Amino acid sequence: MDEDPVIADAQEAELPPPQPRRIAYRHRLPTRLWHWLNALTVFVMLMSGLMIFNAHPHLYWGQYGANFDHSWLSFKGRPIPGWATIPSTYNLAAARRWHLAFAWLLVVPLVLFLVTSLINRHAQRDLAPTRDEVRPRHIWHDIREHARLRFPAGDAALRYNILQKLSYVAVIFILLPLMVLTGLAMSPAMAAAWPWLLDIFGGRQSARSIHFICAMGLTAFIIVHLLMVLLAGPVNEIGSMITGRFRVPPERGR
Amino acid sequence: MIGRRRFIATGASGLLLGGCDRLNNSPRFRDVLRSAEKLNLASQRLISPRDALAREYGEADLSPIFRSNGTRVPGTAEYAQHMAEQFANWRLTVDGLVARPLSIPLKTLRSLPHRTQITRHDCVEGWSAIGKWHGVQLSRILDHAGLSTRAKYIVFHCADRFGDKPYYESVDLIDAFHPQTIIAWGMNGHLLPVPNGAPLRLRVERQLGYKHAKYIERIEAVDSLANVHGGKGGYWEDNADYEWYAGI
Repeated sequence: MDEDPVIADAQEAELPPPQPRRIAYRHRLPTRLWHWLNALTVFVMLMSGLMIFNAHPHLYWGQYGANFDHSWLSFKGRPIPGWATIPSTYNLAAARRWHLAFAWLLVVPLVLFLVTSLINRHAQRDLAPTRDEVRPRHIWHDIREHARLRFPAGDAALRYNILQKLSYVAVIFILLPLMVLTGLAMSPAMAAAWPWLLDIFGGRQSARSIHFICAMGLTAFIIVHLLMVLLAGPVNEIGSMITGRFRVPPERGR
Repeated sequence: MIGRRRFIATGASGLLLGGCDRLNNSPRFRDVLRSAEKLNLASQRLISPRDALAREYGEADLSPIFRSNGTRVPGTAEYAQHMAEQFANWRLTVDGLVARPLSIPLKTLRSLPHRTQITRHDCVEGWSAIGKWHGVQLSRILDHAGLSTRAKYIVFHCADRFGDKPYYESVDLIDAFHPQTIIAWGMNGHLLPVPNGAPLRLRVERQLGYKHAKYIERIEAVDSLANVHGGKGGYWEDNADYEWYAGI
């Protein structure tokens, strides 16, 4: 309903006020639901996908690619260890069952979220970088602040900073849709129904390579994301993604 | 000291993995995962025109080497005999729910009007190879045999064995009558080589490689897959839980 995060003081949030502090409503319900569903789905997709990769750990560019063709990335044996795969021992058929079932839990909510966040302007309002924010000086400043582990406080903590915006936009609007489309491009039935899938990625093996590269991009995002949650205060950060309510860090003196 | 964080991380991933493996071994959960196969089939069929063609490529796109997979030479004495005779006495049997059961000599089959198509072969493992195939449309054979209205699936019985089990595969009538579904006798301008399924193999271009049965000796029309071998419609489906619908 509200266009801006609802600022409530501690008493309105029915919490005992040990010290003056602000609780802000930062994440709406659809965002929270989608976040936790994805936390499950993306892990299942990554780990079952890595098992599928184990079946033929060679990547190619172009329409075709098999053992005698030139690969740009190639491993011997089954390179992905059991702790990173579903299931934990080699089983391509089972991994495909997991991957192709959980894919629905990734795709349908993703499409719903994309459509909803464009209609209710969450994307334009909270995720799209402003012109000021994409200035190199501003980005560089944020990078330096992050490197010093100085995170935004006060009102600034209620908005996504530019590094957050860029990474969330990259994940939500680029990486995840690319994962889905390259995944569909690898399906022989989909490639017959929607031949443009092969054209936009330059062939099935190119689509497979892009699928893998995007999966590695998502993995990198998850690692940095979890690291930032730990550094920024895991209780408050995780709590806010559960309840929506965020304890605003007080402004520091400079 | 390993450290508490490391201990917790190892424990958490162990729990997660143990949980996934336990779920994977639970028949009920496997059934839930399996239900996605029907969803995938139904949704792909919903958005696909019935005769949507798989991409056909040009000569320049052919894989320099079209690798073989699975059986490279069927190990039976009968097949060795056929190989020695250069398949001169190979016949394709067509039976089951048909009005006119057939036994077509290979030579006759090769003299029928044929289709040539350069298509991509996608293995379930992930690799792809492009080859040129020459063969008779399955629809032509089925029309000749007079398919019963009770028939729902076409089963392909093969000459190769995995252990003591014969290889076989099956498709439904939508794929059986698809214009690119052919019983191929040739590849890349030559008769089909033994590693690629001589003398006859299936091409069903909108599905993955394991559906493309090699060394076909018999085509059977059935109303249900339940009574064919393990009942799941194919060797890999019966023995390794691969999906019967391999369009994705």
